[in-house]
Parts: sequence; C-alpha cells; structure tokens
Amino acid sequence: MKRNSVAVVGAAETTEMGRIPDMSVIQLHADAALNALADAGLKPSDIDGVATAGASPTEVAYYLGITPTYADGTSVGGCSFMLHVRHAAAAINEGLCNTVLITHGESGRSRVGAGGFRGGGGNSSLAGQFEAPYGPVGPPSMFTIPVLRYMKTFGVTEEDLAMVAVVQREWAAKNPRASFKEPITVDDVLDSRMIAWPFRMLMCCLVTDGGGALILTSAERAKDFPQKPVYVLGTGESVETPMVSQMEDFTSSRAFRVSGKKAFEEAGIKHDDVDHLMIYDAFAHLPLYGLEDLGFCKPGEAAAFTNERNTAIGGKLPLNTNGGGLSYMHSGMYGMYAMQESVRQLRGIAPAQVPNAKISIAHGVGGMFAASGTIVFSNERG
Amino acid sequence: MDRTLPTPTPETQHFWDGCKAGELRLQRCTECSKAYFPPRPFCPVCGSRDVEVFKASGKGVLWSYVINHRPRPDMGDAPHSIAVVQLDEGPRMMTNIVDCPQTPEALKLDMPVQVKFTSFGEIALPLFQPAGA
Repeated sequence: MKRNSVAVVGAAETTEMGRIPDMSVIQLHADAALNALADAGLKPSDIDGVATAGASPTEVAYYLGITPTYADGTSVGGCSFMLHVRHAAAAINEGLCNTVLITHGESGRSRVGAGGFRGGGGNSSLAGQFEAPYGPVGPPSMFTIPVLRYMKTFGVTEEDLAMVAVVQREWAAKNPRASFKEPITVDDVLDSRMIAWPFRMLMCCLVTDGGGALILTSAERAKDFPQKPVYVLGTGESVETPMVSQMEDFTSSRAFRVSGKKAFEEAGIKHDDVDHLMIYDAFAHLPLYGLEDLGFCKPGEAAAFTNERNTAIGGKLPLNTNGGGLSYMHSGMYGMYAMQESVRQLRGIAPAQVPNAKISIAHGVGGMFAASGTIVFSNERG
Repeated sequence: MDRTLPTPTPETQHFWDGCKAGELRLQRCTECSKAYFPPRPFCPVCGSRDVEVFKASGKGVLWSYVINHRPRPDMGDAPHSIAVVQLDEGPRMMTNIVDCPQTPEALKLDMPVQVKFTSFGEIALPLFQPAGA
C-alpha cells in the first residue's frame, strides 16, 4: 500500500436504523449507497468499482445501475469491509478503476429479503422472484436463453453451434488428460440428447471433479524460481447482472466487452499479437460471444471464423487447446483450468503446443453472463 | 410438488399485488421518464429516488427462449418454454409462453404475446400467451 495515496470522499449509513421492516437486504445496500453518493456529490454512473460482502457485487452493481471495471466480493466475515478498503486502494493505485463504492446491508433483525443472491432467502432475491418461478434448472436452461436471439440476429445455425464442439474435440484428442478424446461430427452433436432446445448434450460442458492452483510473485523475484516465469501483461474484469433475462443485449455480453477492452488496454497489445486464446466454454455459444466481444471478430462473424478453422489445429488463432469445458473437463468453476492451459502454452509444455506462443489470453465468465475476467499472459517480460 | 414461487419484498410488493389484481405494473423515473424492471424504489439509470408505478399494457414480443427438456419436479414432466419477452414499454422479463405447443415451430421469435396471469395460491405469475389466443 502506497501511503496517503487514496482517500474516503463519501460516507453514509442507511436512512433509518434499528428496525427497518420496509427494506430488503439489497435495498439496504442501495439506500446506504445512494446516501453515500449524495454525500460525495456523485451519481451511480460515476462509480467504476464495487465491493461488498453478503450480497454479490454483481447484484449490487446491477441494482444500482453501475458498470464496474473492478468488483470485489471478498467475504471473510465482519471485517470484510476493511479488506475491501485495502483492496480498493491497491486497485486505484494500479489503475484498475478510479472510484470504488463499498456497501453493506443486513436485515439482521427483520430478516427481509435476507440471504441475498442465491443465498438462504433465495425466493426473495431478484433472481428468486423474477426468474426462478419460470422453471430454470441451473446453467443448461439459463445460460442458453439469449442464444436464439443471437442466432436470429446473425443467421447463425444449429450446425454452427455444433461446429464449436467438433473443433474443440479435435484439440482434446491431442490431450491425454482430456475426458473425451473420440472424434465427433456435426451430426453426432445434433443427434445427441436434447437438453434445452436449441442445446444438445454435446453443446454443454462436462461435469467432472478436479482442481487447480496458481502462485504469483513479483516479476523481479520470479526469475529466481525453477520454472520459466509467465508474466501478467494486462487484466480486465466487469460484472453485468445476476439475471440473464436482464442482459442489456442478448447478442453480446457487456461484462465481456468491458473486461476485454480493459485487458487489451493494460497490456498495450493488438489482436494480431495474440498467439493463443482460452475462452471459458461452459456451452458452445460462449466461444462465439467471446471471439466477438473481445474484438477478434466483428459481431455475428465468429461462427464463420470457426467454420473456416481459424480456431482449430493449424489455424491462426488456436482456441481452447486443452479441449475446453466441452471436452477436457469442467468441475463447475472452469476459469482456473483456462489459465492453467495458458501457463502451459507459455512454458512450452502443453500437450497440443502452439509453436513459439508468446502471448496468451484467458477469458472467463461467471454466472450466466453475470461477470467476466480477462488475463493477458506473456512469457516475455517486455 | 408445489410450484416454486417468489417471496415478495417491500420494494416488489406493488408488482406482485398488481399481478393478483390482473395488472402488469412497471416503474418509471419521473426525471428521465425511462421505464424499468425489476422493481426498486429508485431509477437504475440516473439514481433518482423520484419514481412512480404505472400499469403497463401487458403486450410485447417473444424475445428469446429455450425449451427445457429436463424440467424441475414442480414444472411437470413435459418439455416447456423458459422465455424472455420484450414489453412494449421497453423492459424485458422472464416468463413462460403458454396456451400454445411448446415447440420451435409454434414459438417464433418476435411473435406478439400478451400477459396472462395464472394463480398459484397467494401468488399470481405473469405468464404470456400468443396475442389473440
């Protein structure tokens, strides 16, 4: 922490105190936040960083109408907000964001809307009230909801979606640790069991067990370690909404766009500089959205880009070279494995090694297009 | 098994009361005039607390959907739509399209739909049906 580099410019509590039976938990967050914004002379649109515990920063940002480039959901109990201040100071100093809002709200006595986002009070959360009653059963029937609009807008077909899975199986065939290695065809994908039309089983990720870990230190110190260092060249993050039905645009993820743009800016690279790409593929449409929202393709052109084998073995943009969530593994929070493959590629030890890869991007999604994180890695300190 | 239902909060009570009374109630900001959903007592565009509730037309178009082939126990065994409608007033909301076959052929994007409230005990859900059905 750099001394005296960051200051508090707004502070307020909720309008009422004690017993507040007329406000739910999320509204207690918002009431305090609106009062703090008024105290600072700011509007929600002036905020680009959100930190909270108990509720999710995605829900707080969405509820208040904030588009952040920094979201901290560190939740370690009652001192979480001290950690948020410390992390916010680092984030501001590092240029991740300029103005951070830290919120707290708890209906400790009245228990109104308690539990928050997917918590114990789930039926009173936003998603619990305005999505859950209509029958979604986890990601396969939620993450997929925007896709028919994407397909109609850009003339993308079921065969195009299937091709994403086919190409990734080709990569998986080169990876001894991949769960599925047998080649598949577009027909195999379209003949597989229907999960949630237009999604078949082979367009959906695996469900497996596994884990991963990363260790980071300063670039200065990294050269003293036994392994070839993989440097962090740039980073991005954002959140949009805890409700897939409330995405601003069903053909594009705002969280992807904001996160990707920030990562490219921080890294100071162009798209042509990228040798290797990982896009979190919980479902077959995610690489298509990712290729477009990160700017590798224009809107609507990712399916043709994939059909032309640009992301396949020998293509100009090797994508999901471990086989991805569709064929390698998917334990539930796959982002860790995307970064593991980026590190392997930049160390030069991947099973399907991209020759001479110098820059790799790992782009992840959280929830159903709710959140996003983008990391640009390099094996050259530059 | 009983249908999974919302638990209204103080900020959303007007919406669920409206559904029970056969009205689709949205909110709009009196400063920037923009209609919004889901409910909250301030404008998510400009942050103003000066907002009002109004009765929406209940009309819209089918914006996107899936046909879920792995229904929850409370939704029966048959594949059913989980849809998002684009309301004429601007906001979108999740719903089910009812009173028509649950098939890609019957569920065409951009087809006009209208709200149809269906009661489940104390809660009425805003489902949608093809317009004119």
